[in-house]
This record gives sequence, C-alpha cells and structure tokens, in this order.
Amino acid sequence: MSIHTPPADWFKPPTGAERAWIGLALVWCLIMSMAMPYWAVKGKQNSSGEAYRVEPADFSARVDRFVAAHKVGELDGQPVVEPTPGGDAYLLGRMWAWYPILKLRQGQTYRVHLSALDLQHGFSLQPMNMNFQVLPGYDHVLTLTPTSTGEFSIICNEFCGIGHHLMTGRIIVE
Amino acid sequence: MASHDTIPLGAPPVGLRGAVSGARTCDTTGLPVCLTAQKFIQFNAVSAVVCLLVGGIAALLLALTRWPAVHLLPAQWYYRILTLHGFNMLIFWILFFEVAILYFVSTTLLNSRLASKGTAWTSFLMMVAGAGMVEWTTLTGRSDVLLTSYTPLQAHPVFYLGIILVAVGTLIGVGNFFATLYIARRDRTYSGSVPLVVFGATAAAIIAVVTLLHGAIVMIPTFLWSLGLMGAPDPAWYRLIWWGLGHQSQQVNVCAMVSVWYLLGTITTGAKPVNQAVCRGAFVLYILFINLASAHHLLVDPAMGTSWKIWNTSYAMYLAVLASMIHGFTVPASIEVAQRAKGYTKGLFGWLAAAPWGNPGFSGFFLSLLIFGFIGGITGVTLGTQQINIIAHNTLRIPGHFHATVVGGTTLAFMALTYYVVPLLFQRDFHAKALARVQPYLFAAGIVTMSLGMSFAGSYGVPRRHWDIDFTGAAYTPGFDAGAHLMLGIMGVGAVLAFTGLLLYVLLTVAAVFFGPRIQGRAMTPWHVERAAAAPTHAADEHHMPGTTVLVGILLLSFVIYYFANWKALADVWGVR
Repeated sequence: MSIHTPPADWFKPPTGAERAWIGLALVWCLIMSMAMPYWAVKGKQNSSGEAYRVEPADFSARVDRFVAAHKVGELDGQPVVEPTPGGDAYLLGRMWAWYPILKLRQGQTYRVHLSALDLQHGFSLQPMNMNFQVLPGYDHVLTLTPTSTGEFSIICNEFCGIGHHLMTGRIIVE
Repeated sequence: MASHDTIPLGAPPVGLRGAVSGARTCDTTGLPVCLTAQKFIQFNAVSAVVCLLVGGIAALLLALTRWPAVHLLPAQWYYRILTLHGFNMLIFWILFFEVAILYFVSTTLLNSRLASKGTAWTSFLMMVAGAGMVEWTTLTGRSDVLLTSYTPLQAHPVFYLGIILVAVGTLIGVGNFFATLYIARRDRTYSGSVPLVVFGATAAAIIAVVTLLHGAIVMIPTFLWSLGLMGAPDPAWYRLIWWGLGHQSQQVNVCAMVSVWYLLGTITTGAKPVNQAVCRGAFVLYILFINLASAHHLLVDPAMGTSWKIWNTSYAMYLAVLASMIHGFTVPASIEVAQRAKGYTKGLFGWLAAAPWGNPGFSGFFLSLLIFGFIGGITGVTLGTQQINIIAHNTLRIPGHFHATVVGGTTLAFMALTYYVVPLLFQRDFHAKALARVQPYLFAAGIVTMSLGMSFAGSYGVPRRHWDIDFTGAAYTPGFDAGAHLMLGIMGVGAVLAFTGLLLYVLLTVAAVFFGPRIQGRAMTPWHVERAAAAPTHAADEHHMPGTTVLVGILLLSFVIYYFANWKALADVWGVR
C-alpha cells in the first residue's frame, strides 16, 4: 500500500519485467545522451552559444558601419545589405524591427552577429523555423550556411512589449 | 474483495497506533485526521480552486485570441491576461494545492499532528497577500511582463514583492511539512519507513526548497532594481537563475503528481507498489538529477557553450527521465497486479477494461498518467535535446508540451484527487455525480486537442506569446501556412472543451464544499462498487504484468519514432554552429 508504512523488508532488487524495463529505459537514456555529443561533432546544426560582451550603443554603431560598407539596395525603405561570403554580417533587434535586410548566397557561410538594442528578442527564421535567443549586451554569433534560396522572414518570438507582433525582418538568399 | 462499500484500503495500517489529540477518525478510511491540518488543507485547497478559476477564464480569453478566426482581445489585454494566466495556473493553483497535499500526507498518513498552527497561518497569509499583489499589479496594467518578467522588462515593485511573498510563504509551508515529519518520527507516531506517498511528497518538498531559493536569489535583486536601488540584473544571469525557479518548480509538480498517482491508485483500486525500492529509488533520482533543468530554456542562448548545454539538459545521462520512465511502469503495473488478483485476468488488458472508469478519482488519475507519458514526457525530452531545440525554442511547440505535463498531467491528477479530498476532508458529498464522472474525460479531451493543436502549429514556426501571427500593421508582413491557421483553430476548439471541463470541476467542487450534503459520522458514498469478478483461476502472481509491459513497449516505440523524426527535421534546416 502506497499510503501505509511498508513492511520492514521492502528493500528488494527489481525482478522480471520491471527489471527488464529499467534496463531498457536506461539503454534508451544512454542513446539519447550520446546523440547530442555525436551531433555536436558530426551534425550541421548546432547552437554553440558563441558570444561576446557588447554595449548596445557599440553594437548599433557596428551595424551602421556594416550597412554603410555593404549596402546593395533598398526594399520598402529598408537597406538591403550583402556581406562578403565567409565574412561578418550584423543583425540588430530593437522595438520593433530587425535591421537591416540581409542578402546571402546559397552554400556560403557567414558569421551573423545578433544583438538587441533594448529588450530581449527572439530571432525566428521562417518558414525554416530556426530560433535563437537575442539579448541586449551580448553579441551572439551564428555561423550560418543557407542551403536553400528565396525570401525568408524573421519574426520575433520573445515578448518585447505591446508592438511585439510588429517586429519583422527579412533574409534574402540567392 | 468482490463487493464493498468502502475505499479498498485493505488491512488496517501497520504502525498506526491510536489517534492523536485534536484529531478525528475518518469515517471512511479509519485514518486519523488532524483537525488543524484539515483546516489549512481546506484553506489552501479553496484558494487553489479560486486561482484555477481565474487562470481558466484567462485561458479561454487567450485561446480565443490566438484562434485567428476569433482574435478576441486587443494586444495590450492579450499580454496582460497572459501574465495573469501564467501566475494563476502555474504558480498559485499549483502551490496552494501542493501545500494542502504536504499537510495531508505528513499528518494523516503518519498519524501525526501538524507541527505548527502559527506557521501554517503565516505561510497561508503570506501566500494570499503575495498572490493578491500580483493579481492587482497585473490587472491594473502595472506588470505587463509575462510570467518570466525577463529583464530589462520592468514591472511595478509590488509585483516582485508579491512573488517573493508567495515564494517565502510556500517555503514556510514546506518547512512546516518537514517539522511535521520530524515530530512524527520523534513521537513515534508510526514505525518503520514512511509510506511511499509521503516519501514522494518529501522528494517534492526537497526540490521545492532548492527551487524557491532560486526564486529568492533572482527576485530580490530584481525587486531592488525596480525600486531604483541597484542596476538591472544581467539578462543572461537572470534567465539562468529564473529558470532554476521556473523549470524546477515543474519538477516539484512532477513529484507531487506521481505521489498523487500512487495515492489514487491505492484508493481507487487497492493497488500496492510491486517493488517499493524501485519506486523510492526513482524519487531519489528526481532529487539528485533534476536540478539542472534550467538549461532547457537556454539551449539556443548566447554565452552558454555546447558542453554546458549538453551536460545540463541531459541531467547527467537523463537519469531524471529514467525516473519518470520507471514510474510510468510501476504505476500501471501496480494497478494490473491488483486487478488481476481480483480475478480480472482476461487477456492482456482485461484488468484495464475492468478498472473503475466511472470513478473520477481513477479516470482522472489514469488519463493524467497517459497524457503525461505519451504527450508531455516524449515531447519534453525531445524538445529539450540540445540541437533539436533550434527548431522548437519559443514556438507554440513549447506550450504544447507543457500543457500536456502540467495541465493534462498535474492539474488533472489534482482534480482527480479532489473527488476524494472533498468527501474525506470537507466531509461533504458531491451533487450531480454523473457530471463528475464525465468531467475528467471532458477536460482530458480538451487538453489533448489543445496541446496537439499547439504542437503542430509550433512545428509550422508559430511563435508562443504572440498576439497576431498575421502581423497586422507591421512594415513587412510574413504569412504562415494555412495549415498553421488550421492548427490554431484546433487549439481553440480544444481550449473551449478544456475550459468547459475546468468550469464543471470548479462548479462541482464549490457546490460540494459549500452546499454538499454533510457526511459527518458516516462513510462517504463510494464512487464505484467493485463488480463481482470471477475468482482468480490461479494464485495471484505479483510479477505477472503483461499488459503493462505492452503499454510501456508502445510508449518507448512512440518515443523513439518522435525523437528520430525530430532529428530528421533538424537535419533539413540550414547549417549553423
């Protein structure tokens, strides 16, 4: 009885089906434990958390320099910026927009620096559905390799005030 | 045990000797009930149900806003009500109910009195005051910061003070539980080891202490910051410590829920654990390996490295997951053995078919077990896999997961327990029992539908905590697949069903507590009368559990398929490191 004091000899090793299940469950837990380090080495999608301290104002200045150096056009009044393949790209989250629009090349790798000017934001690339946290004071570096082409949207999926749903942006891949 | 009118508790408890002063003997179970504990169980349980109703109304408003075809609330009220919903459901309803459970198991099951009446008052009044402060700041628009209140979002100081009061008040209640364990042992009110349910509740209480300390560590500087007395807490530090509170408190709920499963399994079917050492060992695994789970929320965060994330999210080789998988076996196995011993031996699942499905205490508990295991558990472990979290973080997949654990699991188990708490501790009978028998099914069906709708919408990328996925008014308006809208509609329908089940529960409970027929001096009307079963054809075998073995086999197979399907989905997105 679960609600009464157990008999004095309650401490017994498991037997039969119960014992087999514990063994099987433990094996499954070990497989799941191994899957993550395996993917960290062999897999192409990892969240390494590479980040550097940065003052929001400094990050904003770096974004402006990046836009000035690599701007290739405008779309709906927003600058479209094409970073050098293999080089750095900057994306700023603020209430309530992602800035600027990035133009990337399929199969090329970029170091995309993400940070926030004001509150916490959530970088959510759609319809890829890739999601990363963006914090003010942290330069979060994603080493990103687009493998498909088209126009992708960035939405915010961390609550950032009344205009949270207005916070959108774009990545164009050619 | 072919037919009886009382709860099948079996032989009189070993080690219970006489009643304590200030106690009555339960007319149904023969167990002693400390009258002081009974009073505070009543206070805490009633407060819990009030908060559940507030949180439930909020839930309906939120679902009707996220359902794009309805889109009920304006943006500001959506986030305000979301804050209200989180606090009432995840914090107040659960904590009040858990304090009631702790007081119950440490007194009645140990034949003890409650250690301190004054402490119980202090705990209760602090929790009520704190909850009131949070409700006030939220409803007056002073804390539109959601449950997590991530810095540098800032709320009114009274909001943080309210949270601190609730946390400290709960901690004092937990202290009263430990003090009761101590005096029970000192006064030898029982002999030998504590019952399994008390053991599980103790595990919950130990984790609660660690959890609530995290709450104090994160909330005190945040409170001081809101008063202008210090700088803003670092957002990454805040997230790390806050989730030490936010996620670990869910492990308290898991422990409390599993204890309630064992309790209701015994009360409704006479089940007893097949192997107490295994059940207790699994609770110990929770205590040892669950307290790293804050990592689940930081898997795509900056500043936390790969090895930190992997180590902390797998709780050291998933030993806490192992614990849940063990309970997932031992709970149905104990029911199967008990049912087979009664003669329900037909086929693999004759024991399950013959279970008292019309007893809401049983149906609620068993549905809670199934929903927690098959939906909540499997999704939780998968979404908490370090790399898979990339395609899940902050999408509706996350609330899809935890509504299956904390609502379909914990809340439903607590509802099921209520069908015994009211007659046994309030000594009132339920009205409209036919509705009570339907209630767990209605609520479970609603939660399952809602949870699946959320999960699938999240797979399309639909964010959680988002007022408008049509992005009306944005400079650039991305759209979501029509399938995502369909899934949000399914979520809405499920939420309406679940709310109906919740409302039915609250109405039945309130009607019983305040206006139910008094049953002092006689046993409660049983929820079910055991049908006469064929006498066992062979001697009952305590280790014959083929039905459970098949059930957990299906569980593991579903787990493996869902887990690897998610790795496949991850492999299809862009490369990132």
